[in-house]
Amino acid sequence: MTIMRYSLASLITNALTGNRNWKPVWREPEPKSSYDVVIVGGGGHGLSTAHYLAKEHGITNVAVIEKSYIGSGNVGRNTTIVRSNYLLPGNEPFYEWSMKLWEGLEQDINYNAMVSQRGVLNVFHSDGQRDAFVRRGNAMRFYGADAELLDKEQVRALVPFVDFDNARFPVRGGLFQPRGGTVRHDAVAWGYARSADSRGVDIIQNCAATGFRIENGRIVGVETEKGFIGAKKVALCVAGSSSRVAQMAGLRLPIEAHVLQAFVTEGIKPLLDTVITFGAGHFYCSQSDKGGLVFGGDIDGYNTYAQRGNLPVVEDVAEGGMALIPAIGRLRILRSWGGLLDMSMDGSPIIDKTPVDGLYFNGGWCYGGFKATPASGWCYAHLIATGEPHPYAAAYRFDRFGSGRVIDEKGMGAQPNLH
Amino acid sequence: MRINCPYCGARCLEEFTYRGDATVKRPESIDESARDAWVDYVYLRDNPAGLHKELWHHGAGCHSWLEVTRNTVTHEIVAVELAAKGR
Ligand SMILES: Cc1cc2nc3c(=O)[nH]c(=O)nc-3n(C[C@H](O)[C@H](O)[C@H](O)COP(=O)(O)OP(=O)(O)OC[C@H]3O[C@@H](n4cnc5c(N)ncnc54)[C@H](O)[C@@H]3O)c2cc1C
Ligand SMILES: [Zn+2]
Repeated sequence: MTIMRYSLASLITNALTGNRNWKPVWREPEPKSSYDVVIVGGGGHGLSTAHYLAKEHGITNVAVIEKSYIGSGNVGRNTTIVRSNYLLPGNEPFYEWSMKLWEGLEQDINYNAMVSQRGVLNVFHSDGQRDAFVRRGNAMRFYGADAELLDKEQVRALVPFVDFDNARFPVRGGLFQPRGGTVRHDAVAWGYARSADSRGVDIIQNCAATGFRIENGRIVGVETEKGFIGAKKVALCVAGSSSRVAQMAGLRLPIEAHVLQAFVTEGIKPLLDTVITFGAGHFYCSQSDKGGLVFGGDIDGYNTYAQRGNLPVVEDVAEGGMALIPAIGRLRILRSWGGLLDMSMDGSPIIDKTPVDGLYFNGGWCYGGFKATPASGWCYAHLIATGEPHPYAAAYRFDRFGSGRVIDEKGMGAQPNLH
Repeated sequence: MRINCPYCGARCLEEFTYRGDATVKRPESIDESARDAWVDYVYLRDNPAGLHKELWHHGAGCHSWLEVTRNTVTHEIVAVELAAKGR
């Protein structure tokens, strides 16, 4: 199949012919009997891994098997925020590389992912918090990311409707990352899928992995709903289902499954042209291109595989929203939903080999793995192709837990619901 | 979700704090030979999809630690006991 390239000419031609001639964006093949690499999980990370395996390493005899449809997981449920404002050495270079890949993504995959560098603004409310943000901003700049400390008046110029004089949590300023922003989440899945498919990767939907065939400590293939598929290498990439799937290969992980809820209001005229986060509670918000305010807050905080949460967190998020942007109280919420998170024990991800030869693991993304989608695929593809961890992901190893080299941005310890 | 506290009756979720898996066992030994057992205890979890025994603290109620058996797929709570039972 030849890939249809998108251009102004193709848009005009198709518009003039009633949009009846667009072709399916990827094939729907039946699985072959075996592949060099089978990627389990067709979320953002599985698909970007397939793209970079094919494009950067020339490995194209690859299948991505997805339990449901492409985009049905968190890649289509998140609040679309991308940023590289981490503090710790194990994290910041990785997330900054992801940001750079976002900046070139649409040219790389010839697909409009609506990458919008509208900025990410973290407001602070006290001197102590300002100092902590200065430190974080300096760490970001040290690793080549952008960070600006804004005073109250500079924040006011960006978001005049914020409750600056809130009696309890007055807004004193903010840490701003201008290159951060939002990316159209499901377009990321579709764009990577299309690109991988055009390079020969088979994307097989409605095909859950149901078991692994392991002989003499080496993986030889995957049992699936569509029968056995042989594989020289198998790469797990199932985010919130990590423990469930890894358990089929006899592995126990430093991960708990939790739920994060998100909300969108009715559409309004342009109000918020950046991403804003509250500093005194957990609340973050951006405005979608359709006009709805998209926001969220904390995870519910108990183990769950149900993709829905409970009311206490809804109330907590609404309170955070009202404290930061009182005008939000005039809006009606259109929809809310939940997604299944792979909360790790230190709040940071894992991209590593497993004790089973040829079986690789990618997971532990917590509530922040969307921004990581390009770099995760980039580094995972490198590991699968070369057998060596990519330098940017070198800290994301299983053995960091036992050796005490955890990457705990929040300093919470081994308590997943607190990260 | 509501938890039926043995002392206080059915109460809303916001009265409770979650601790996590109630089945992990703290190793007896602090000897170097127990290192792997400690790593298991601190970091590794079964994280089942289905029935899960877990600890909740009734902080806005009677202050008991409860061992709750809950289905992580449906959120149905099938048993609530005092965590201190038989210990
Ligand atoms: C409400 C919400 C808001 C979020 N907001 C942000 C944000 O603003 N910024 C950010 O950076 N991150 C955010 N995240 C986190 C981010 O969405 C995830 O970390 C990331 O999407 C996980 O990687 P993924 O895209 O590969 O996961 P997924 O899209 O979940 O992919 C995993 C796939 O594996 C499949 N699978 C599971 N079991 C099997 C099996 N047995 N066989 C085959 N396939 C299987 C699933 O069906 C799924 O499609 C948010 C998450 C949620 C839930
Ligand atoms: Zn009680």
